[in-house]
Amino acid sequence: MPIVHKGTVVDNKKVGSYFVLTATAADMPKEFKPGNFVAVAIGDERSSLILRRAFSIYQVNDRGVYGGTVDIVVSPHGPGTDYIASLKRNDPINLVGPLGKPFSLPKDPVPCVLVGGGYGAAPLFTLAEALTARGCRVDFILGASTQEKLFGMLEARRISTTLSVTTDDGTSGQMGRVTDVLPDVITKSNAAVVYACGPMQMLKAVSEVALLHGIVSQTSVEESMACGIGVCMTCVLPVIGDDGITRMLRSCVDGPAFRGDKVRWDQVGQIPADTWGAPSEGTH
Amino acid sequence: MKRVPKRTSVDMSVDLARINLESPVFTASGCAAAGKELDQFIDITSIGAVVTKSVMLNPRSGRATPRMAETPSGMLNGIGLQGPGIDEFIANDLSWLSQKGAKTIVSIAGNNVEEFGKVADKLRDIPGVVGIEVNISCPNVENRGQVFACNPNAAADVINTVRRNVSASMPLFAKLSPDVTDITEIARAVVKAGADGLSVINTLLGMVIDIDTLKPKLSGKTGGLSGPAIRPVAIRCVYQIRKALPEIPIIGMGGIRNGRDAVEFFAAGANAVSVGTTVFNDPEACVRIHDEIAEILQEKGLRSIRDIVNVAHN
Repeated sequence: MPIVHKGTVVDNKKVGSYFVLTATAADMPKEFKPGNFVAVAIGDERSSLILRRAFSIYQVNDRGVYGGTVDIVVSPHGPGTDYIASLKRNDPINLVGPLGKPFSLPKDPVPCVLVGGGYGAAPLFTLAEALTARGCRVDFILGASTQEKLFGMLEARRISTTLSVTTDDGTSGQMGRVTDVLPDVITKSNAAVVYACGPMQMLKAVSEVALLHGIVSQTSVEESMACGIGVCMTCVLPVIGDDGITRMLRSCVDGPAFRGDKVRWDQVGQIPADTWGAPSEGTH
Repeated sequence: MKRVPKRTSVDMSVDLARINLESPVFTASGCAAAGKELDQFIDITSIGAVVTKSVMLNPRSGRATPRMAETPSGMLNGIGLQGPGIDEFIANDLSWLSQKGAKTIVSIAGNNVEEFGKVADKLRDIPGVVGIEVNISCPNVENRGQVFACNPNAAADVINTVRRNVSASMPLFAKLSPDVTDITEIARAVVKAGADGLSVINTLLGMVIDIDTLKPKLSGKTGGLSGPAIRPVAIRCVYQIRKALPEIPIIGMGGIRNGRDAVEFFAAGANAVSVGTTVFNDPEACVRIHDEIAEILQEKGLRSIRDIVNVAHN
């Protein structure tokens, strides 16, 4: 069960373009599974920014000197994330979590490729540990627009069989996109599953590559949310159900991880005409 | 541990249009889905009532994203009434709520007058439903999209039809829009048409422009403004309606963030309150605000929530 936790900041350090923030989190680490996220309040109970911001959980620690803690990776790009990036040790922070459906793990010890775009890589490290514990081979691909926007290179190298890096501008690794190297990594590792987290366009491209190779993809989406707990209905996207019917699902409670071949990537941000309950006469 | 209200010597119970409730704090329609998600954080049976997200006759996908924009002390939303349709809602959501023992006020909506009647008719004899809130702030497809709540005759037509499709004892609340010249005119019309109480207020129509694209940020272009930014408008509406209709039960809502905000509503004339947007920030808000109201009343030496209702008028 998720909890509301009035915690404090234990540490907030700049890493490349990002901030890695550690906060006390009471019992959240005990409930945590890779792929879960937390929703962070902006300011105190008088703040004019009411909506929480959602962050993948990067690391958890359930028996540190501060009790349970969670780490998140923050990319400052607006008033809410700027505020979180500015927090200092001992500042109060209010978290709700752990939220969302975790990644599904394969039953058998099959090889897996993990693809992270920018700070989207954050949830992939605990996932890699969980997969490794099951005997899965893990190969990592990290991509970003430029070197300082790559996240988790050292850690990825430590827990993977191979690490491939791409940047749009060639400042680190191979110049290009993660999907330029993905087919080769899949083939060489004989991967059965691709996990990906990052921008929507990257997730779409990764799931297309996985489909071409006839393997499963699990994509963790980033949709803008107001609540993170399933009540506001703002973070929806069109996803095909087991019954073949497309529904507008909430990425906070039905995701954030979805099977890549079930998301209608080309129509994210639209209501496909055959969606369950789609408007018939422009009445919405 | 799910949060429940603290024990208090203050009598927090309310009698609202023939419904007896242990707490004057409800969820607000559209901000609590059908209670299940919030029940992870609070005991959903410990608050006054769960007001469910407006349900229509048929399943509805809602609008495309973006559906939301943050605004100063509030938010703009244009969800487009995504929902499962009344049959699935009764089978899944209402059965869960009733099994839990929650008190439920079902919010209903329609594209035309007839649809409101059909949805209401389905709610006959459903256990756990203590009232119906009629969301008349939707566009009337049969009248060039004019919002029912903005025209006294159209608003009265809807209430009249719903009244004829539910049992005589079922309490009906009409949810009013503040986007009118004289809200008391609409209030009088719906009460005359058979509303037992009023929910005041719905969101205000607003727009946000994305300065990167220079286009409206929401896919539906306009959306409903909610949150603390609208609270003074809501207080004004409750006050005016209370003055015009001294006896009508009022559920006050609009930007309640804490107990102090709720007390403003009671003093202006509300008999109960709904907490909406604040739930997105604090999933425990309904219980927390109940506790805060009780503390404030205690500090003032009052024994019952009823002692503070209307005092701004004396």
